[in-house]
Amino acid sequence: MKIRFLNSFLTLFIVCNIAIVHSADTDDVNHSTADHEKFKILQETLSTGPEVTKACLTCHTEAAKQVHKTIHWQWQFTHPDTHQKLGKKNIINNFCGSIVGNYSHCTSCHAGYGWEDGNFDFTIEENVDCLVCHDTTGTYKKFPLDAGHPAYEEKSYNGIVFKVPDLNYIAQNIGKTSRKSCGVCHFYGAGGDGVKHGDLDSSLFEPDKDLDVHMDVDGLNFNCATCHTTDNHEVQGSRYTTVAKDEHGIDIPGRTNNSRATCESCHGMKPHLSNANSKINDHINKITCQTCHIPEYARGGVLTLTNWDRSEANRNSPMGKLEWDEELIPEYAWYSGNMQFTLLDDKIDPTKPVNINHFSGSYDDPNARIWPFKIMRGRQLYDKKTNNLVVFKVFGEDKAAYLKSFNWNDSIKSAMDSIGADYSGEYGFVDSTLMYWPLSHMIAPKEDALGCADCHSKEGRLKNLTGFYMPGRDNNIWLDRIGWLIVLSTLIGILLHGLGRIVFNIKRKRSK
Amino acid sequence: MAKVMMYKGFERFWHWLQAGLMISMLITGFEIHGTINWLGFETAINTHIILAWSLVGLWIFAIFWHLVTGEWKQYIPSSFGQIMVMVHYYTIGIFRNSEHPFHKTVLKKHNPLQRMAYLSLHLLISPTIWISGSFLYLFHIIRETLGLDISFMTIALVHTAAAFALLTFLIAHLYLAITTSEKPFGYVKAMITGYENEK
Repeated sequence: MKIRFLNSFLTLFIVCNIAIVHSADTDDVNHSTADHEKFKILQETLSTGPEVTKACLTCHTEAAKQVHKTIHWQWQFTHPDTHQKLGKKNIINNFCGSIVGNYSHCTSCHAGYGWEDGNFDFTIEENVDCLVCHDTTGTYKKFPLDAGHPAYEEKSYNGIVFKVPDLNYIAQNIGKTSRKSCGVCHFYGAGGDGVKHGDLDSSLFEPDKDLDVHMDVDGLNFNCATCHTTDNHEVQGSRYTTVAKDEHGIDIPGRTNNSRATCESCHGMKPHLSNANSKINDHINKITCQTCHIPEYARGGVLTLTNWDRSEANRNSPMGKLEWDEELIPEYAWYSGNMQFTLLDDKIDPTKPVNINHFSGSYDDPNARIWPFKIMRGRQLYDKKTNNLVVFKVFGEDKAAYLKSFNWNDSIKSAMDSIGADYSGEYGFVDSTLMYWPLSHMIAPKEDALGCADCHSKEGRLKNLTGFYMPGRDNNIWLDRIGWLIVLSTLIGILLHGLGRIVFNIKRKRSK
Repeated sequence: MAKVMMYKGFERFWHWLQAGLMISMLITGFEIHGTINWLGFETAINTHIILAWSLVGLWIFAIFWHLVTGEWKQYIPSSFGQIMVMVHYYTIGIFRNSEHPFHKTVLKKHNPLQRMAYLSLHLLISPTIWISGSFLYLFHIIRETLGLDISFMTIALVHTAAAFALLTFLIAHLYLAITTSEKPFGYVKAMITGYENEK
């Protein structure tokens, strides 16, 4: 009896301890060695964003210099292989086209303050916005039309009231980034919840296991930065130079680049349990993990935009025709990670579907794997005379903004003029533009992953991918025809032979 | 005429297990190929692989058995003339109820045509199917580790062709085994009990 009691007590003790350790790990405990509430400089009145940054920089002397080097600040990225200048500053998309002409709206998601036009000074340190990434209170919001500034007086946008944030309170409660702080921009790309990516939307603020096994709030509860590791404010993981095939495997400090932005970084090169069939582990050389483990995207109850036809826009329908969808089956392509864009200078053929971005990759390319994509489709403005895509002004107070005057010509001219680009004055709509968004989020529980037959079948998910032989999908029609012909001839042969023997047997018996 | 042990215990075990494995692998194989839809691709391929390993194991024992017992000599090809005698028998004699031109003994249990057929099975069809099959199974290692630049499609087509050859063999074999004995199923019975009349 005593022993049993002791056992129960011990069990209880251990369970309690585990519970304590567990809660300390997952709850919002500040692990920092500094209590920012005690810093004098953060107790002085802070009334603007740049004032806060100045205060931050008194201790974090190198922080702004680091941020200045990142894509979060520059919105520019020179591709190491193609030397194309990418980043939001340069690319054209088939949502709102470009930041050109729409600065103050788009740059409400810039990690900085005051990028209102093409003349923004990227060297000023106090214009870095520390708070948008490091706020832990959830009260810091950038006003959608103020080039990155929060509302310094109460105002509203589309019926949503933006209160003046208490910058002192926010600054004193600063912390690490979270799903919340990353999500306020990245979940709302292209100006609304889930619009752009399809695998990133507000459902990932508090996802359950079915939506995302890693970010599940009741389970692993990963933040974005758990995988998108950072160093010097540089965040790992890129759509411009995607590590389409990670051959490092598990990232051991000192041996690799300390990036955990690929599945292999944690799961290694043999992620599945081995059994008689090793094929599923062999597949990782040609198929990225996401292909099977994101069976559908936009699964969290938030619609994503799949098609934007701007040619249908007018005063009554300012945006044009929009198509939304959810729980979508990805489209698949060979992808080697080197994303290229159709930029302003690149000629297009408007009679054919135009790829806003494109990439190399094939079965024979050792760096490529099959990846899942959201493909955003649209009817897009271009210069009819020069066959170039154009930028256009959607937002703003002046008459050139499409949403003010509903005149595409003025809208295009204003945006093109602002960057000194030529515009013939005659615009048209490309029937179909395609923008490829590689999918990496909303990893489903393993029970929901694709099975073999989802691809290994005649009408499987990979039916459109060519250049390789896939059992279950492919066969050589002539080999099959000849094969079955021989089998059938043999069958007929033995039937005739057998029949002949029976007939001769009967004849013989009769003649006796 | 005397009843003798024509097919020894191991021989019968090997024959029937091999038959079962090969028939199962034909079925699962044609499911992987996309011809039939029964177990589902995943179950089909997992089963196919497990059966393949079992067959490899069985073959190792069978090869050993043939070598140490000297039974391999049963497959030494006969002369062309003797083969033609069998061809003549199956194309003409069998309809006239002629007597079988060869007499079965423990030391010579296969007729010249059987010798040719089984030798082709053992030295051509089977090796083609298991070499191509293991290349498909180990394709990743062959290509990535050994660096051999071979096409998956070529191997798959060779494997498929060998499967058709095996199916053809099976049909002809079943017909001859079931119907050409004195009484139907006589040879099948012998292959089960081991005993057969030695003429």
